[in-house]
Amino acid sequence: MAIARTKIKSIGAAQSPLLGAAMFSPAVLYILLLVAGPFLLAVFYAFSDARIGNAEMHFVGLENFRSILQSPSFRVAIRNSFIFTICSQIVVLVGAHILAISLENTFRGRGVIRFLILLPWVAPIALGAIGWKWILDSIYSVITWVLVAAHIYKPFSAPMWLGEPRLAITSVLLVHSWRMLPFATVILLAGRTAIPKDIPEAAAVDGAGFWSTEFQIIVPMMRPIMSVAVLFGLIFTFTDMTVVYILTAGGPFDSTQTLPSLAFALGIQGSDLAAGAAISLFLVPLLVIIAYFMLRVAHRAEVT
Amino acid sequence: MAKRISRRIWRKLAHILVLGTFTILLAFPFYWMLITSFKQNVDLYTMENNPFRFNAKPTLDHLKFLFTETRFVRWLGNTAFVGIVVVAITLLLAVPAAYSLARLSGRWGERLGIGIFLTYLVPPTLLFIPLSRVVAGLGLQDSLWALVLVYPSFTVPFSIWLLMGFFKSIPRELEDAAMVDGLTRFGAFIKLVIPISVSGILTVVIFTFTLVTQEFVYALTFISSESNQMIGTGIPIFLVRGDVYYWGALMAACLIASLPIAFLYNLFLDRFIAGFTVGAVK
Repeated sequence: MAIARTKIKSIGAAQSPLLGAAMFSPAVLYILLLVAGPFLLAVFYAFSDARIGNAEMHFVGLENFRSILQSPSFRVAIRNSFIFTICSQIVVLVGAHILAISLENTFRGRGVIRFLILLPWVAPIALGAIGWKWILDSIYSVITWVLVAAHIYKPFSAPMWLGEPRLAITSVLLVHSWRMLPFATVILLAGRTAIPKDIPEAAAVDGAGFWSTEFQIIVPMMRPIMSVAVLFGLIFTFTDMTVVYILTAGGPFDSTQTLPSLAFALGIQGSDLAAGAAISLFLVPLLVIIAYFMLRVAHRAEVT
Repeated sequence: MAKRISRRIWRKLAHILVLGTFTILLAFPFYWMLITSFKQNVDLYTMENNPFRFNAKPTLDHLKFLFTETRFVRWLGNTAFVGIVVVAITLLLAVPAAYSLARLSGRWGERLGIGIFLTYLVPPTLLFIPLSRVVAGLGLQDSLWALVLVYPSFTVPFSIWLLMGFFKSIPRELEDAAMVDGLTRFGAFIKLVIPISVSGILTVVIFTFTLVTQEFVYALTFISSESNQMIGTGIPIFLVRGDVYYWGALMAACLIASLPIAFLYNLFLDRFIAGFTVGAVK
């Protein structure tokens, strides 16, 4: 009996590589087929003249990239992509920091407040963006009504928030910030609660005030988690096309177009698969850089 | 003493002010959906009316219109259908994969896990153009099955990542003991590991379902007919006829579809965030 037991144990404890491979290979295969495969296909399209409804396809070298780089709407799109991504992340980081401080300690009604604050992130963004489209409506905008009521604008002279390039860009930017703020807040909150309470207390005993504790002790300690919030925020905003598509559909006159929305406009709506694929490939360099930094954050945590 | 008390009051006031401002800014669109849903059209479309109050009697017309004259209910059903099937596929693929990666010896499990996680960062906006041809090639244009096929590509990677964390927290000795008692490794996985990981699996179920309801790009690209829409695309595209916006019905639809999803997501949010921040919180 004792012998049999040890025998079974040695079998059980031994690794079973076949079973292991059988368990993870379906998932890996699926990901290869539906992520790696289409990605290669996108690269392939970008060097071809593929169009929807045309079975023939030819290799055209860098022709797509040449014509894209010369197109003014592409330049606007790449500029907007960076403006939306970087500016909204600055707004989000500052806002989330303040919000995380004020949510740190428990108080009555915290659960309800948390739910309300999280709504922009946890509700489908397509639907939240429609809410904004109504708030920013060209005629019945509540913002316009308030400004008219406050005598800042005369009736009918208020600007159209989504109808003028500068205002439309600002609107899209703010909706992106609105969307990502709760996400960053929750991440920073997790970082704050992970800091041992005695550290800020010891600083207070040593005579450090609120601001110096915050900026000289807590912020440096939170650097890894802040970079997580920022890196995800950058990816989600940079690759998003929902907000722009719903609010302005890229308009007026392509002034709010981003890389993803322009790829959709040309590649799907305009049937020019090759141009769409080439434009979306411009997302890749930033994604690679962000992935690199994420691995560094993960690696550093592994070492310590 | 008095100075100290007044300082505490000031801090409290500042706290309320900051929190109040942010809450209003963040939740306002949803409050606006709520109030718009119950306003009559004469009230909504008169510029002089104070939009913060009801200038005419509240009405249920928009809700009636939404549920009887549009395909809103159908879209909810489509979304639930795709969500449930994608959850099933995701579990079938991710649970065994996460277990075997969590138990792989050495650094390889971890590395493969991180590699899979990185594929979660490949966005739909990079893949929707080639995938539209794949979907067309398979004859799945305008079919919910196209979404069922494609959605696991972003739900599986993150689910594997979340589940790996759960499985690693289960001590190996438990499984070894079960195998001593005559179970095979696979038997131990089915009869022992899965039952104790129910909370982790439930997290993945909710996460996958909410991701499906929030997806927009693939649904927009692959689905064209009105009756096959998901909520995220049906509401913005088909509740607008020509240039006419039915704002009352639109806002009601947004709110009704958002709240349950937001509520579910909110319940499990801390666990998803733990998945995002693995390693960065110490």
